[in-house]
Amino acid sequence: MNAVLRPALAVVALFTLLLGLAVPLAFTGIAGAVLPYQAGGSLVERDGRVVGSALIGQEFTSARYFHPRPSATMPSPYAGTASAASQLGPTSASLLDLVKDRVAALGGGPLPADAATASASGLDPHISVANAERQVGRVAAARGLAESRVARLVATQTEGPELGLLGPPRINVLRLNMALDALR
Amino acid sequence: MTLLGWAQIALVLAAIIAAAIPLGRYIAAVAAGRVTFLAPVERAFYVLGGIDPGRGMGWRGYTLAMLAANAAGFVLLYALLRLQGALPLNPQGFDGIPPWLAFNTAISFVTNTNWQAYSGEAAMSYLSQMAGLAVQNFLSAATGMALALALCRAFVAGGVSELGNFWADLVRMTLYVLLPLAILVGAAFVAMGMPQTLSAYVEATTLEGATQTIPLGPVAFQVAIKHLGTNGGGFFGVNSAHPFEGPSALATSLQIWAHQVIPFAMALAFGHIVGDRRQGLALAAVMLGFVVAGTAAIYAAEAAGNPLHLAAGLDPSQGNMEGKEVRFGQALVALFTATTTGASNGAVNAMFDSFTPFGGLVPLFLIQLGEVLPGGAGSGLYGMIVFVLLAVFVAGLMVGRTPEYLGKKVQAREIKLAMLAVLVLPAVILGFTAVSLVLPAAIASIQDAGPHGLTEMLYAYSSAAGNNGSAFGGLTADTPWLDTTLGIAMALGRFAYVVPVMAIAGALAAKPKLAASAGTFPTHGPLFAGLLAGVILILGGLQFMPALALGPIAEHFLLFAGKTF
Repeated sequence: MNAVLRPALAVVALFTLLLGLAVPLAFTGIAGAVLPYQAGGSLVERDGRVVGSALIGQEFTSARYFHPRPSATMPSPYAGTASAASQLGPTSASLLDLVKDRVAALGGGPLPADAATASASGLDPHISVANAERQVGRVAAARGLAESRVARLVATQTEGPELGLLGPPRINVLRLNMALDALR
Repeated sequence: MTLLGWAQIALVLAAIIAAAIPLGRYIAAVAAGRVTFLAPVERAFYVLGGIDPGRGMGWRGYTLAMLAANAAGFVLLYALLRLQGALPLNPQGFDGIPPWLAFNTAISFVTNTNWQAYSGEAAMSYLSQMAGLAVQNFLSAATGMALALALCRAFVAGGVSELGNFWADLVRMTLYVLLPLAILVGAAFVAMGMPQTLSAYVEATTLEGATQTIPLGPVAFQVAIKHLGTNGGGFFGVNSAHPFEGPSALATSLQIWAHQVIPFAMALAFGHIVGDRRQGLALAAVMLGFVVAGTAAIYAAEAAGNPLHLAAGLDPSQGNMEGKEVRFGQALVALFTATTTGASNGAVNAMFDSFTPFGGLVPLFLIQLGEVLPGGAGSGLYGMIVFVLLAVFVAGLMVGRTPEYLGKKVQAREIKLAMLAVLVLPAVILGFTAVSLVLPAAIASIQDAGPHGLTEMLYAYSSAAGNNGSAFGGLTADTPWLDTTLGIAMALGRFAYVVPVMAIAGALAAKPKLAASAGTFPTHGPLFAGLLAGVILILGGLQFMPALALGPIAEHFLLFAGKTF
């Protein structure tokens, strides 16, 4: 029995030290030194205060800001430590009601699909270009800006596709709204 | 579907194949003990464990060693999860994991399933993630690779009883294959935006003045091995859909690459080990064919969208976006989904529960086909060889000759053992699902009404027994009944499968190696590949058709008839 137990215990213990502590701790140290922004969570500051992460969506309800997608996190939308999707199925009546309500609240269809559906994480930082363009008029009016100026900002904030190919073009809502606040 | 979408799929698949070819050769060299650049580290394991890496083991000794290593891993992980509240590296002060959930999670990570009945950012300390779950990510993958190597060696020579040394295989696959790849891929993930820190969560004040807590952790390194080892257990609750776990389309593409490259490389390594590269290429070609077909089916269904939602006023151009992130797009979601379920990985970058019925049917069916397309790290190869033996047996019946594979006669004992292994999956999946669909305590876990609810339960046991780990997430999985029975399903899906497989390896190794003759059925051409694909579909899939008809297939027709629940 010892011929089996000793190697089992030794191998599991040594690998726990190596793969569970030594390597990841060294990796963490190097990552933090070389790429501190990414390793630290891509935190975004304004006036010395952390306002969020460039990768994590946050809730916007004011007419002066572009709005993110619906979020299914509990207890409130875009709860940072409670990533969640609705998990509602394709024949779910409650999902269909939610979609209908959102379409009605946003002034009727056809509506970009991302504007009326909840994301997989509940923290989706992006909206589609069509979704942003639909909101230009409202934001421009609320801020007393020319629509063309806001539309230009949306165009400059459009990211992707990555490597010219991967993923659809999209707009980071937090970055766009910070750029909006910075407009004079 | 768009041409641009297919170009993305083609690019990622090309990168997988381009890397799998040299990696297959390298894995064969590591398996033969010819790679030694970490020899001092390797020796430390042998000295401390009293291991003689040159001492060959028979199938029983090899299997026993594997079971002992897994048992030790289970006990350590269970203890770590239960005690995390009293241990360091716990900046959020999480309590110990309750017993049912700790049992389920420990089995889950030891068996390479990585089913998650918890949400990482709300339950797991950094120590549990890093020194508990991530270590098992390495070891469960290396265990699968070691078992596959033992089976490969059964075909090399005639009349042998030894299949290699389990400890040497486990240590070498971890040190020379998994660890270097995890460091490289992990570094790329940090550059793409995944956090890698031990700092506590950050309180942010949003632009509108609300407070948002940003979760952090040593994410990138763990996510690298989670994909490379076809584990799939996410750092965060929503897995690779979380913006910190799948920050971009490029990151999700690299994840797809990472959970495909080792399974494909193992198939090619098989060709190198048995001395005939074409044999490995034939297996890889069948695997690739199913991956492409599965991707196309999911892509078509999801890009078309949900007819009820389109009728309610959604623009069809983005497809079905419920439970999907904007940054990935339908093409990369489809490829991720087909590869993660074909490969027993189980990570997700979108929520299958909200897929269209047909889009959700495909990942479920890919799991039920036996996790061989291309399957998990190592487990895909040994599962595929089981189907190969059944395919040569069927071919032998057709032409009236004794079936043989790579010079080894395939006889009654091997076929009985192969069928025993293949029957584990339907017995466990259909048995537990049937019981759970009449048991009130189990039914209470189902979220959706109608056929979709049945699919949620069927998916859970398929995922557990197939050692996949993905979920139809509406199911409330953290209950004593589901924690326990899913844990048992995971253990049976892994260990009740590999013991007969290792017995096959022992039986085949002992047989003489026959020279190929004019009457030998070639096992590297398109005819055999087609036969193998047919055997996988019929033997692997047919027994699930009645259950699928009651779940996703019924839901598909109801959806298009406009019915909701």
